[in-house]
Amino acid sequence: MTKKQKKVLYRILISALLLIPANLTVLPGPVRILLYGASYLVIGYDILKKAFKGIKNRRVLDESFLMTVATLGAIALAALERSLELNEAVAVMLFYQIGELFQSVAVGKSRGSISALMDIRPDYANIEENGALVRVDPEEVEPGSEILVQPGEKIPLDGVILEGTSSLNTSSLTGESLPRDVTVGDGVISGCVNMTGLLRVKTTGSFEESTVSKILELVENASSHKSRSENFISRFARIYTPVVCGGALGLALLPPIVRMLMGMPGDWSVWIYRALTFLVISCPCALVISIPLGFFAGLGGASREGILIKGSNYLETLSQVHTVVFDKTGTLTQGVFEVRDIHRSPLEREQLLEYAALVESASSHPISKSLREAHGKRLDRSRVAEVTEIGGGGVHAKVDGKTVAAGNTRLMEQLGVAYHECPEDTGTVVHMAVDGDYAGHILISDCVKPTSQAAVEALKRCGVKNVVMLTGDQETAAEQVRRELKLDACHSGLLPADKVTWVDQMLSDPDTGKLAFVGDGVNDAPVLARADVGIAMGAMGSDAAIEAADVVLMDDDPGKVAKAIRIARKCMRIVRENIVFALAVKLLCLILGALGLAGMWAAIFADVGVMVLAVLNAIRAMYVKNV
Amino acid sequence: MKKTYRIEVDCANCANLMEDAANKTPGVDKAVVNFMTQKMIVEFAEGQEPASVMNEVRKNCKRIEDDMEIYL
Repeated sequence: MTKKQKKVLYRILISALLLIPANLTVLPGPVRILLYGASYLVIGYDILKKAFKGIKNRRVLDESFLMTVATLGAIALAALERSLELNEAVAVMLFYQIGELFQSVAVGKSRGSISALMDIRPDYANIEENGALVRVDPEEVEPGSEILVQPGEKIPLDGVILEGTSSLNTSSLTGESLPRDVTVGDGVISGCVNMTGLLRVKTTGSFEESTVSKILELVENASSHKSRSENFISRFARIYTPVVCGGALGLALLPPIVRMLMGMPGDWSVWIYRALTFLVISCPCALVISIPLGFFAGLGGASREGILIKGSNYLETLSQVHTVVFDKTGTLTQGVFEVRDIHRSPLEREQLLEYAALVESASSHPISKSLREAHGKRLDRSRVAEVTEIGGGGVHAKVDGKTVAAGNTRLMEQLGVAYHECPEDTGTVVHMAVDGDYAGHILISDCVKPTSQAAVEALKRCGVKNVVMLTGDQETAAEQVRRELKLDACHSGLLPADKVTWVDQMLSDPDTGKLAFVGDGVNDAPVLARADVGIAMGAMGSDAAIEAADVVLMDDDPGKVAKAIRIARKCMRIVRENIVFALAVKLLCLILGALGLAGMWAAIFADVGVMVLAVLNAIRAMYVKNV
Repeated sequence: MKKTYRIEVDCANCANLMEDAANKTPGVDKAVVNFMTQKMIVEFAEGQEPASVMNEVRKNCKRIEDDMEIYL
């Protein structure tokens, strides 16, 4: 508890203690009045002060003012009836303060524990100076410096390992508990914990550019993007108080006047008392606090699982997703192409691969890369000349004086080479021709991630109607993945711009519902932005993905998409429970209060009780491990 | 220009009212109060000096809730 909170606690205790002798009927009246007065002032002096300041600033409807009117009103009624029943006024103030204290402590605590979930900020970096280790602030370390990370320490900055081997615990970033083994030459990411060996790391960027500060910035700003429920509640709170106060005024004036017109006694004190009860219920705090707290807890819990959500508005949309569109390469598949087979080649396997690798040696396309990897030997680029790329077809060049062409069937037709269709239409086929003669074809394919199947099933289980795949790949390869994963649809042969068109088209269809696009963040930024929720995957180290997406999955398991949806649904359920529960109790109290069935005691009890329960319920959103 | 300020405010409704007050202050394009992280994120209108605008924001917020602080 902070100092401020402790002070309130002492005031509550003193005030409660003073109430005990005040209730002793053996004491003479004036003494009891003094004790009541003391108790009231101890607990309520700051509220009274605030209320008068409010009047001075012409703000009459703030809660201090309402509490003041309600309690002073109750005291005035008691005085009129010459009764010493002052417990009620003091108790309302007392419970109000207890409620405020609880709220402040609970919110502070949960803020602390949610922030602790995201405790990935490194405190220091070790640098070597004259043979001794010196701890410095990570923000002061220049890019390109050498830092040392000892076992048990957090890696403070992104970098590359110069010396040492170790296992890294990435769980605070990815939620993945399996340690990752790293060695010399591997990149390391800030925020991971070094578990076993001493590492010497050369930093690749400043602290501001590091993964950890990007994540922290994202998470800390997340709850600033407000969701519709939050906006609804703050708008509601703005009209709720004036409406209830208006109701109180009506209740105080209308019934007695009507009764008097009908020739009955006015019963002014009864109706004024009921009106004061209204004022006690008019504070919207239970509602206003539990909703952002619920979202905050949900966002915190999700980030613990390696799912970073950029705002409560996205959490809300995510809970309504009915269509999930996946990019293929790198998202559902490994994104690593491998040469699987060679068919119909008159040449030796090695020879053909060497030709292929040489012709494609200048290209950075993943297919070319896979050819070079399959060849596996050093390439002498001087053997290649006159490289001509044919857009949408392939490439041809002179290798050792021979004309070698590598590409698809279109290229073969263009060159007038008789080619064989590949019977195993399951991947990308590279046809080869040497000096105008067909030299067979190489089958290259990308494998589906082991987790993709389960991911699609999990999505179906949590009620996603459509799982669609968009890809730039050719139809045969795409179709095979679609069948393997039992996707609802797939559209192939798309350029990045075509993907946007497809997503647009799906969005315009009212059956689609909310649409999420899942990509690996590499060239699908426009689609990520266009979808209702853009989910980028495998963000360990990719800035572009963190920038473009609304939800960032820290590792590349597509199963996290379904998990994110389930977390979002749980959070939204809790938020809705709180809204309905708080509103229902308030309404009930208003009705009972108006009928005279519930007094001020019940009103303040209900008010504080609802808030306590709503706050406790909101904190539940943080526990999402087994959602 | 967009700047983030640390704030201290105890009740969630007051945070909402502060957001309102900040948004009504001249020179502020958009203000968001994040009660959970106790932050105020202010986007200033073109050509406005943050320091002087924030003094006004603070004054207006003090008027609605005395028991709060914006750390400038």
